[in-house]
Amino acid sequence: MKRINIFTRGLMKENAVFVLMIGLCPALATSGTVRDGFGMGLAATFVLFFSNVIISVLRRNIPNQVRIPIFILIISTFVTIIDYFMQAYEPELYRALGVFVPLIVVNCMILGRAEAFASKNSVLDAALDGLGTGLGFTIALTIMGTIREILGNGTFLGMVVLGEGFKKSPVIFMILPPGAFLVIGILKALINKYVRKGQ
Amino acid sequence: MKNPALIFLGAFLVNNIILMRFIGLCPFFGVSTAVETATGMGMAVIFVMTLAAWITWIVFHLILLPLNLVFLRTATFILTIASLVQLVEMFLKKSYKNLYDALGIYLPLITTNCAILAVTFLNIDNNFNLLNATIFAIGTGLGFILVIITFAAIREQLDLAPINPSLKGYPIAFIAASLVSLAFLGFSGLFGLT
Repeated sequence: MKRINIFTRGLMKENAVFVLMIGLCPALATSGTVRDGFGMGLAATFVLFFSNVIISVLRRNIPNQVRIPIFILIISTFVTIIDYFMQAYEPELYRALGVFVPLIVVNCMILGRAEAFASKNSVLDAALDGLGTGLGFTIALTIMGTIREILGNGTFLGMVVLGEGFKKSPVIFMILPPGAFLVIGILKALINKYVRKGQ
Repeated sequence: MKNPALIFLGAFLVNNIILMRFIGLCPFFGVSTAVETATGMGMAVIFVMTLAAWITWIVFHLILLPLNLVFLRTATFILTIASLVQLVEMFLKKSYKNLYDALGIYLPLITTNCAILAVTFLNIDNNFNLLNATIFAIGTGLGFILVIITFAAIREQLDLAPINPSLKGYPIAFIAASLVSLAFLGFSGLFGLT
């Protein structure tokens, strides 16, 4: 496979959230605003990129029988790093994301890429794969965050977009949990209808 | 929020782990296709969740805290839960064959169920004592069972309904989840819980 395909595959064709439907918990929980969704996406991308690289470097030294605990240990190392980093430099974002930062460790997207790709491919490929999948995840969360913040709060990144009147009485439902389920359900239906015809 | 009854209600309904906190969605959508499998999964979850809450609480307060190793929390908890699940599986297989037959196939899936890990983290973040941590775990587990069984029943009906092809499967499940979640939103504010 061409290198560029490894990178772009995770962005669109095998987008974790919209196509493969994995990593749903953080995707729904942290997409209430654009900022939270984007921050969560970047945190997951960081963990995915570095865990992919390290696992690929060590792939010939990891005994097959205990590979899953070792993968989890490597992933949890980077989760701890991003956890403490955010706590120190982005305390407000950290408070908003809450328990979902340490929960990156059980995000099936990251363990899935480790098992399915990084443990079998070269370091460069694994790095590209991690970056592509992670950015695809970030894009998905940002799209959902955009829709939910604009409709549910009348703002985009805190700027008023639909006028002051709408800002005063927005569709609050959209930033609450039911809105997350509704938005991803409708997006998935649209993808089924227009992108993946006949599948 | 120190009253055990309120902790239970909060975990069970008001901050329901699936519909309000969005934790444990993978088993929620994966297993909730039939009432029977949903019940088995739910039982396995509540069982492991309570055990994990005890063990991680003890590990955190008696080992990590005195040794000043709090930064190892994430790694320790996930490994503890993974070994706990293995141990429970082996124990049930040997000693309680009936229970193993009922829960067996769901146990390995539980290691990667973020609901278990989330409960152990929330216990620590909320500074619960051991009793409250247990109540919180049981309440959360019961909330998980309630929602997953309700939803399995809804999806069994959805299978029979005439649905637009692009909405079939996941999209309609999400939209149904949205409506159930909307109903649960009605519990917020119950006894002043948010």
